Amino acid sequence: MMMLEQDTGLSLAIAQIVQRLKGSSLHSQLERQARGSLHKPEIKLDSLKEDIKEFLKTSGWEKRLQNAVYSELNVFPSPCHPAAPPEHMKEPLVYMRKAQGSWEKRILKSLNSMCTELSIPLARKRPIGEQKELLNKWNEMGTDEPDLSLFRPVYAPKDFLEVLMNLRNPNYENGDQPSFRNHLGLIQVPLKVKDIPELRDYFSELGLNTGQLGIDDSTQVPPELFENEHVRVGQTVLTEQDSAAAQQYVRQGCPTALRAELWALILNISNQPEDILYYEQLKSNVIQHDLLVDSLIYKDVKLTASNDDYYFVFEDYLYQVLLCFSRDTSVLEHFSYSSATPPKSYIRGKLGLEEYAVFYPPNGVIPFHGFSMYVAPLCFLYHEPSKLYQIFREMYVRFFFRLHSISSHPSGIVSLCLLFETLLQTHLPQLFYHLREIGAQPLRISFKWMVRAFSGYLATDQLLLLWDRILGYNSLEILAVLAAAVFAFRAVNLMEVTSLAAAEAVLADLSTLKVMPLLQIFLFATVT
Amino acid sequence: MEPPAPSLGHGAGFPMAPDPALCTVRSPVALQVGDVKTDLARPGVAVIDVALPPTQPLDLQEIVFKNSYTAFLTVRVQRRRPCDVGREGARKWVTCLWNHCLMPSPHTEAGSQDYFSVFRHQMLCDVDQVTAVRLILRQPSPVWLHFTLEELRLYPRGQQSLQTGFPSWLSNLAPQQQPENLHGGVPDPEKVSTEVQQLWVLTEMIRANQTAARIGRFDVDGCYDINLLSYT
Repeated sequence: MMMLEQDTGLSLAIAQIVQRLKGSSLHSQLERQARGSLHKPEIKLDSLKEDIKEFLKTSGWEKRLQNAVYSELNVFPSPCHPAAPPEHMKEPLVYMRKAQGSWEKRILKSLNSMCTELSIPLARKRPIGEQKELLNKWNEMGTDEPDLSLFRPVYAPKDFLEVLMNLRNPNYENGDQPSFRNHLGLIQVPLKVKDIPELRDYFSELGLNTGQLGIDDSTQVPPELFENEHVRVGQTVLTEQDSAAAQQYVRQGCPTALRAELWALILNISNQPEDILYYEQLKSNVIQHDLLVDSLIYKDVKLTASNDDYYFVFEDYLYQVLLCFSRDTSVLEHFSYSSATPPKSYIRGKLGLEEYAVFYPPNGVIPFHGFSMYVAPLCFLYHEPSKLYQIFREMYVRFFFRLHSISSHPSGIVSLCLLFETLLQTHLPQLFYHLREIGAQPLRISFKWMVRAFSGYLATDQLLLLWDRILGYNSLEILAVLAAAVFAFRAVNLMEVTSLAAAEAVLADLSTLKVMPLLQIFLFATVT
Repeated sequence: MEPPAPSLGHGAGFPMAPDPALCTVRSPVALQVGDVKTDLARPGVAVIDVALPPTQPLDLQEIVFKNSYTAFLTVRVQRRRPCDVGREGARKWVTCLWNHCLMPSPHTEAGSQDYFSVFRHQMLCDVDQVTAVRLILRQPSPVWLHFTLEELRLYPRGQQSLQTGFPSWLSNLAPQQQPENLHGGVPDPEKVSTEVQQLWVLTEMIRANQTAARIGRFDVDGCYDINLLSYT
């Protein structure tokens, strides 16, 4: 009885994907290929359509189209009801949209006051001499030591946590009396999160009976049992160039040698000449204009990545990626499915005139403290700046943007926080109660891990194994599960602490943790 | 400046905008045992009555609404039947939708503010010649303060809502190619195809240049000298 509705929903999805792909370079390439095939002997006029389709299949172009369609399905949400306004696709719940709007206003005020206090313009065209100088030291911007003492990050994760703690649904019974309606954790909004049986089903490939990289490739396990075969399958997936197969494959982890190519395949990044050209254009934009956010980026890199034992070597790469990222207007597209809105400004003297309205920064994303840590781990995989850039940009518009905006999406930071608290409360009730009693709400400690997707907290090889699964499941929920698993692992020590500071100390160093065994034990080997 | 792309289905190439049927939607009435004002328990059932003009019975095609924390929906209709002509007694109410789930997990937010469509083919009975519609809303979870439906619209048959109208190019996705009759004097096909190819490459380049020029421009005529960020 629902057939017609399903059909119309499917047709609407197809129509949207076709419209998005129509303007892309893949579309013109396919047309060029099809026309170029016209003078091939196997293309006959009376079966023209079928022959061209066959040609596109055998030459691998159909696979590229499949990968592009798969990428669109992964990134964009399914089409809304036609009566729904565009803001509904960004975020269906009105009170969350309002909360995000208020949060953004606070950030804008903070940036504006920084601008007026320091008397530094938001944007400035560089004089020719300065442009030349920057171009010369483009590959070693880390050697610069500008005076950043006056700059402060626009916000830190703990400021964002305060906002999330105060999120309330006005239609929800938020009584002062403790009752079953009030959550015992910090998050008080009633979003649907998965419980352990649902997570077991969702992350079924992480089960005890399935081979995993991060567990079954350790030195004690003979490689013939799992590792060799897994590598062989990975190489086949790469030869076939199939995005969907790659996404399924990386759920069991990527072999180190294949990881860079597999991630590029899943994210549908091919580094074509026009992509390299686009990156060069962004670089020239950086040379021409100096932005206030550049100083924020410098400060962030100096404070975080440069101080990290694993990532300080990549400091120059980080500037090359993040400065270009701020100028990239294609990032604006993700705002159609993000609950956030890009900040707006007007050309000086033209306040209120729409034809002189611009976004600031050009990509609409204001970096916060720790933002550069999203890029740092990728530097281990990609050394060519334009490819590194594209991978990071795609990771941002698929995943990372959800970690610093207020939304009801299952992979949004609010849902992740609630998932973490619910898992801990349900499966380690004594620990949860104890920590709450001593004033050490667990989320206060784990929030920073999740906002950064554990970057800078785990050892790099472990972090990459974790991010394999983020790509494989196209979801960030694994971050919340890992956070709960870490608490479970250190539960004995945590039960003995008597203050928040002591609890933080127990959980300060995660660099020795092995991610996959922790996840497996928490999901599949804990008695529920 | 590039605003985010508008979603498909909002007017691009569609036939004339459909008109919902004229009707009067009354505000929801909670069904509660005991005194509404003093009773502490929250009612879990509410009823919305929709009256249609008595002289214009409706052949119902679709009901569209925005949910506001209702978990389950039952729809009953009153129909005018030929056998009713001349009879003044109460017409029968018939259930055409029973316990349709809007929120799969009533204690949580999923589905709470979404837009829904209910079509005639989903209904349990024939919904022609409808004179009144009654929507029975149920919300078994006590955590919500209020629940109702908003933006309720009824669409008559023959007019389709936005969802079923498609842009014309969707049906033209696979244009038919007419194979040409090549008998008789024709120029060398190799030469023609090369020339056509060159022409195509040129048009593609022009088109590609246009696209590249549009993307990437964040300034206005080379100027990005801005004042402060705007709050509106």
